[in-house]
This record gives sequence, C-alpha cells and structure tokens, in this order.
Amino acid sequence: MLWNTLLLALRAIRRNLMRSFLTILGIVIGVAAVITMVTLGNGATQSVSDQISSMGSNLLMVRPGQRYGPGAEAAAPFKSADVEAIRNQITSAQAVAPVVSLSVTAVYQARNWSTSVTGSNNDYFLAGNWELAAGRSFSETEERAGKAVCVIGESVRDKLFGRQNPVGSEIRIKQFACEVIGLLKAKGQSAMGSDQDDTVVMPLRTVQRRLTGSQDINRLSISVREGASIDAVKEQLNLLLRERRNIAENEEDDFRVMDTRQIAETLTSTTKILTMLLGAVAAVSLLVGGIGIMNIMLVSVTERTREIGIRLAIGALEREVLLQFLIEAVALSSLGGIIGIAIATAASIFLAGLMDVPYLFDPGINLLSFFFSAAIGVIFGFFPARRAAGLNPIDALRHE
Amino acid sequence: MTGSALIRMSGITKTYGRGQAAFQALKGIDLAIGAGDFVAIMGPSGSGKSTAMNILGCLDTPTSGSYEFEGVQVEQLSRNQRALLRRNYLGFVFQGFNLLSRTTALENVELPLIYRGEPAAARHAAARAALEQVGLAGWEHHTPGELSGGQQQRVAIARAIVTRPAVLLADEPTGNLDTHTSQEIMDLISAFNRELGITVLMVTHESEMAAYAKRVVHFIDGRVDSDRRNGEDA
Repeated sequence: MLWNTLLLALRAIRRNLMRSFLTILGIVIGVAAVITMVTLGNGATQSVSDQISSMGSNLLMVRPGQRYGPGAEAAAPFKSADVEAIRNQITSAQAVAPVVSLSVTAVYQARNWSTSVTGSNNDYFLAGNWELAAGRSFSETEERAGKAVCVIGESVRDKLFGRQNPVGSEIRIKQFACEVIGLLKAKGQSAMGSDQDDTVVMPLRTVQRRLTGSQDINRLSISVREGASIDAVKEQLNLLLRERRNIAENEEDDFRVMDTRQIAETLTSTTKILTMLLGAVAAVSLLVGGIGIMNIMLVSVTERTREIGIRLAIGALEREVLLQFLIEAVALSSLGGIIGIAIATAASIFLAGLMDVPYLFDPGINLLSFFFSAAIGVIFGFFPARRAAGLNPIDALRHE
Repeated sequence: MTGSALIRMSGITKTYGRGQAAFQALKGIDLAIGAGDFVAIMGPSGSGKSTAMNILGCLDTPTSGSYEFEGVQVEQLSRNQRALLRRNYLGFVFQGFNLLSRTTALENVELPLIYRGEPAAARHAAARAALEQVGLAGWEHHTPGELSGGQQQRVAIARAIVTRPAVLLADEPTGNLDTHTSQEIMDLISAFNRELGITVLMVTHESEMAAYAKRVVHFIDGRVDSDRRNGEDA
C-alpha cells in the first residue's frame, strides 16, 4: 500500500508541476534567506570577537581625560613615574606599557611609507598579544638609553622591504636612522577596521627624545594576570591614579580606564542585534513564502476536493487518500527545504568570502527553518485534503 | 427472480437538511435488481433518481431503510468497508466524466487497479486492454484536455470496467454528449452488459437511452412510479 501510495503522490506532483514548483519556490526562498542571513550574521559576530581577542582579552587601556572628541577637556598626560608606580603597586598587572603614538614617514632606500610610530617597552608586545615573526624585542640597554632601534609590523615590511627580511636593515624616520631589530607577526584588521600591522614600535625614550621632545605619555596599556579580577585591577588603578593626579574627593576622574572585554561585548552585541534583525527580516520572507503556499493550496482546494471524490468513488480508502496527500506535501516541502539549504550554503560561503567573515555552519538555524518549511507545507497541503477525505464521496465529487 | 437478487433495497428514504428546511428526496424505495440485468432509472428532475443511484453506488448513505448487496447489509458497513465494496464490486460512469485532469488516459484507467494493489505489469496490460475495448487504442498518452467529450466518456467507461465490476453505475452517461456520440456510448455499455455479464444501473432522462435497457424504472417525487421490462406493454 505504501509503495502504491508513493507512486500516486509522485504522479500527483508531476501532474501539477506548476503548483509543485510554486510550493517549492516559496519554501526555497524563505529557507535560503533565513539561513543565509543568520549564517552571515554569525560569521560577522565571530569575526569581530576574533579581532578583539587578538587585542588581548584581558587588556585595560588608560587615557587622560574623561571623553574623546570635541569638547574633551585637556587633562594632564601620564609620565614614566606613573608607569613605575602602577608596576610596583598593582601586582595583578602583568604588563604595563606606556604608549606614545604619532604619524611619521618611514623611508628605506627609495621607498617611503606613512605609518604610525609607537613608543613603548617590551610590555607592549605582551599586553597587545604581539608575537615576533623574526628578530628580537628591545634589550634593557636599548630601552634605558633610547637607542634608535625598532620592531616593525608586517604591512610596513611589505611596503618598504617587499618579501625581503628587514632585520638588520636601517630605515630612516624623520632625521634619524633606526635599525630594524624585529618583525611582528601579522594580526590583520582591528575591530575598528584599521590595519594593526601598519606600525613601527620603538623604545619609549627613543620616541620621546627624538620625535616628540617631551616626557608625556598618551596612554597606558595594561594587561591583567590570568585569573586576577579585571574589576579589582580597574578599582586599584582608579585609586592610584586619583592619588597621583591629586584629584580631590568631590572631583571627577580626569582619566578613563577602559576594559577591552567591555568593548568586545559592545561590539559583538551590535552584530548580534544585527543578526537578529536580518534573521527577522528573512523570517518574514519565510512567512510570506508560507502564505504563498497556503494560497496555492487553498486555490486548488476545489480541484483537489473533486479529485479526492473521484478517488473515493473508485474505491480508495480514506487513509490511502490522506497518506498520498501527506507524502505529496512532505516530499514537496522537504525538497524545497533541501534546495533552500543548498542555496543558502552556497550563498553563505560566497558572501562570507566577499565580506571577509568566517563561514560558520549553524545546524540549529538549518534544522529550524527546514522543519518550519516542512510544517507549512504539511499543514497547508494536508489539512484541506483531510477535510475533503472525510466527506461523503458524492459531496466531494459535487464540490463547487 | 427476487430470490437471487444482487441488490435489494427496501424502505429507503433520504432526507436532506433538517427541521423546517428538511427535504425528503426519497420517500421509501423498494427495488430488487438481479445479476446481469440492465436497468434504466428515469424520472423528471428532483424525482430522486440520482439520489437513489448514489445510495446504490455507496457514494451516499440513506437516512433509513435497508440496502442489501449480495446478501451484505450495506448500512451496517463502515466507511472503509463501503470503500472496499466500491473497489471490488462497483464501477462508476458520471455525466461529467470525472477524470483526473492533466493525467493520461492510461493513468486514469490504471487508478482503480493501483488501489487494488495490482502489480505494474498486469496493471498496464489491463488498462491498455480496457482502452482498446472502448475503442481508444493509440490514445493512451492523451490527457482529458486533449480528448473530445465522447472520448473522455470512453476513458471513464474503461476505468469503470477495467476491474471487471459486478455492477456498473452510470449517472446520465450521455448527458453531456451529442446524439451520435450518445448512441456509441450506449452501444458500448450494452455490449459490456451483454458480453461480460456486468449488471448495469443507469440514470437517464432520455427515453432513447432508456430503450437500450432491459428494464425501466420510473421515479416520480421520491417514489417508484412504474417498473417494467422493455418489450412489455406499458
């Protein structure tokens, strides 16, 4: 009986090619849209959190002033003594890196490249999760004496040296020549979209003496020891810096401690909301597809009711008719769902490559939209048939 | 001959609607039909002839009365048992043909055999033979839309007789056809009655068609008005 019913269902699908095609199309578009949107959204979220974790997950950044941008009050910069104090008093701080950055033009032989120079110490590499691809980091003598040495990023190497090993060569920055002692491993784009590898790192003293001509430090990067509470370190930093900067009890901080975990959460929550939004829009298209299927099925209900009447008259059992319509509905919906998933997978992989985000297969959304589409097909394909099959054969035959 | 009746109806009534709007289409029908007979049921519109036919064909159920088919009380059968009775003993031809649209003649004729669970090879052979019997050899792969009314009715007849039913029920089989085609269809039906011994029950309001039958039953106002054998005097 099952085999015969299967045969009848397949004949019915073939017989109503247009109806079958439209049913499948509604499901295909809905399923493909939902899966593609959610998959790309997940990829974007993953990409943002990857970039942030490349910054170091337990990083604190300290800047003078409460706010950025226009209207930011001029607050006193940090000094080397602040770095020493933090290092001595806050034991949970694993690395304390002073940061002085400025834009410069680096020249090697006939090539030049506009980049930014960061003056810091070896803690900078630790706090920023930087690894060396070649060469070495600064020696204590170089840091103390402010020697003209630098560690360069992959993008700078690429622009000035091509594929050549830069270690041991000298590049010129402003008026002085600087020996390249190390090359950083590439990190790629930052979460904010800038190229993290477009950088030249020098000892703090070298930058202060030869480039800025002051003792000022723009900001501090502090990494917290594994297992230590970031909030506790933030609290200690606040107290210490308020004391060192002579801020009265009733005055606000004139500096700000930021936590990359907070930045990470803010950024990924944005893409997560975006994913949900896109998914919701796509879900509407799945719903519209469902309504399309409902329409097609309801429009054909008269024809189907008469067909059921004919089948009953020539001796089909009610359950045989129902099974046939159920198989038909399930086959169409599943086919639509499978084609939808295939299109979504292809589109997601292609678009993920285009958008430069990782492709992450999400079994949950695939299953969910597959079963949703199957449910739509079965409900709207099967229930009108069930009503018709329960009629007296003569009433089904005479259905207008 | 009443003792060997294939079909015996007694006191069959059928009421549509209820209360004030109730309409009694059959007001107590007693009818016995022997195997191999060819009965034409005639009567004006609203006389209940089609209602009686639908009850005879187990497509509809009577409000009261008893209907015996080969000694089985039909009114006591379940829905599924009535479907099986239709599958195994009855064949239908309707005024509106009632073929599956966009389905080839061959597949339409095969349909009852599929429900009977016939294997594919036997099914194809029987369906082709039935189409040949109704004069449609070569039209197997045409769909109803590509066939004339007469041809569609031939397909319907082939579908009805492909299972070699005990009874062929025909409800105004020539109602939608011109005179010439009607005669061809009636010749076919008579031949199946004569040669295969299939009992035929036919509803018609044309006396030319009733003339093909061996027995004519007249319905008026939900009752049997007259019942005579062709050739006897009225």
